[in-house]
Amino acid sequence: MDSGLLSNLALGISTAWTFSNLMYCLAGVILGTLVGVLPGLGPVATIAMLLPMTFNLPPESALIMLAGIYYGAQYGGSTTAILVNLPGETSSVVTALDGHQMARQGKAGKALATAALASFFAGTVATFLIALAAPPLADLALKFGAPEYFSLMVLGLVASIVLASGSLLHAFGMILIGLLLSQVGTDVISGTPRYTFDEPWLADGIHFVVLAMGMYGVGEIIRNLEHDEKRELMMKSVSGLLPDKEDLKRIIAPTLRGTALGSALGILPGGGAMLASFASYSIEKKVSPNRAQFGKGAIEGVAAPESANNAGAQTSFIPMLTLGIPSNPVMALMIGALIIQGIQPGPTVMTEQPALFWGIIASMWAGNLFLVVLNLPMIGVWVRLITVPYHLLFPVILVFCAIGVMSVNNSEYDVWLMALFGVLGYVFSKLGSEPAPLLLAFVLGELMEENLRRAMIISRGDPMVFLERPISLTLLVTAALALAVVLSPALRKKREEAFQEEP
Amino acid sequence: MQLNITQAPRDFWGGLIYLLVGAAAVFIAADYERGSLLRMGPGYVPAVLGYALCGVGLISVVRSFLRHGDRIMPFAVKAMVLVTVAVVAFGVLARGAGLVPAVIVLVVVSAWGSQMSRPLPVALLALGSAVASWLLFTKGLGVPLQAFGAWFGF
Repeated sequence: MDSGLLSNLALGISTAWTFSNLMYCLAGVILGTLVGVLPGLGPVATIAMLLPMTFNLPPESALIMLAGIYYGAQYGGSTTAILVNLPGETSSVVTALDGHQMARQGKAGKALATAALASFFAGTVATFLIALAAPPLADLALKFGAPEYFSLMVLGLVASIVLASGSLLHAFGMILIGLLLSQVGTDVISGTPRYTFDEPWLADGIHFVVLAMGMYGVGEIIRNLEHDEKRELMMKSVSGLLPDKEDLKRIIAPTLRGTALGSALGILPGGGAMLASFASYSIEKKVSPNRAQFGKGAIEGVAAPESANNAGAQTSFIPMLTLGIPSNPVMALMIGALIIQGIQPGPTVMTEQPALFWGIIASMWAGNLFLVVLNLPMIGVWVRLITVPYHLLFPVILVFCAIGVMSVNNSEYDVWLMALFGVLGYVFSKLGSEPAPLLLAFVLGELMEENLRRAMIISRGDPMVFLERPISLTLLVTAALALAVVLSPALRKKREEAFQEEP
Repeated sequence: MQLNITQAPRDFWGGLIYLLVGAAAVFIAADYERGSLLRMGPGYVPAVLGYALCGVGLISVVRSFLRHGDRIMPFAVKAMVLVTVAVVAFGVLARGAGLVPAVIVLVVVSAWGSQMSRPLPVALLALGSAVASWLLFTKGLGVPLQAFGAWFGF
């Protein structure tokens, strides 16, 4: 460990560990856990709703709080998964398999504690990984020109197709629609209004928050109302929190494997946290000495996916912080938050805003500690929250979405657009298409077009420029390999299996 | 209302949507200057995206006749309509009528979309959300929405 890293971490700690920033971090993880626990309200919708509230905060505090919401939600999602077999987040779907079985056998406390400890361990490791990996990556990114950025974003979109759970063709369709939506508004280079239908309120394009809240807020609500019935709380009381020595021995290896896998997949664009939890569960199912117990309450089946999804959530900050490229919709919102704060995300953030950069990293560790310390004693509160009926919850979520969207541009048109995207998101989900690739493409669209057109000018209209520059070539080859792998019949089956861990 | 046109309704209808959106995108982009690969005009990228989307749509529709696929489960029509109407109504009311009436309408209309909702809890929820959001957003965060708007003579 060189002294640069240490002094950077010290700077981060001095930024993040002030009383007010720790409070924002705390507020973030509590809010995040809250929405994670409440089924049907995810981190994307929550962050989109709360984004307007952070406009007046200093950038460090805003980002620290938003980050807290993100990993708090990851954590809260597993609490619901274990206690009611209803995954609050997609990344905790597999946790429900064994976690809920443990709860039924009266070992809910043990399952929750395992999830917390595995997450904390993974979060700690991933935080250090970010601190180690970010500076060299940012250095590399400074060498990026327009062709490299374009190729990188192509790789990002390809990864989001690969990691999407539905049909590949539809994921590609979603990407194209997302890219087309990003074309709405005034063309930056020529000043021509595109797809604005001569409406002045479309001249600035569609705001990301409007699209995100429509697809994830309103669309989710309609989808949840399909299962409009009472939920049952399948547990009596939570006791016996701490795992014993035997349990600890059993979870060490799965946690380590989960952390490694999650950290690696989290960096990939396109929702790595979810795939990480699925993949680590299926690996454990193959290599664990207790594999016969899987699905019947194996503690390994909780530790592995929980460490994987938390590590993945954490490392997904790496591309956002170093390249300014979002790896999932939450990171896209973070980029939105940075831009509103007047900070252009990208490799220069580290050098120009070192306090912000290292502050966020240091806050992550504090946030993970908060989660363990707070959540184990507060399980009772979360349990009560799960019993809040959805029919009382969703109108309030709609109120937040509507006012939140209205406050972005102070325009009712945005509210109506959100309603439209809500219906669209619902229809697409009925057709088996996920909104994540669409959203990612929407966020990257403008940057992609700009860099493509710039690259063409640099190369005098020769598309070979993408293959002649080594970094760009590497990125495109990686993208092509990823596509080839996922299109090959054998792996296609594997991929479908990996996403079919549902009970 | 399952129309049995194909073996793979998801592919068929999804593909049809892609085709329509793609064709519309290409059609509208025809008005923008296309440019060349060297100097792409504002119409270049939209046209490429539109054609690509048409291609995906075509593949999807053709594929729907060649292989079996998932059915489309019934839509939650009532919830979809009520939630949409509620949000649209909020947009209509928020400025003119004010935040309080807009939130009350939003909560009452959308809550109707769940068969679990009962009149009294919904009324309380609506009033509570209206007051709370006025306190939080107008008073606390300075969102420029008044409790009661111009229609009430304020």
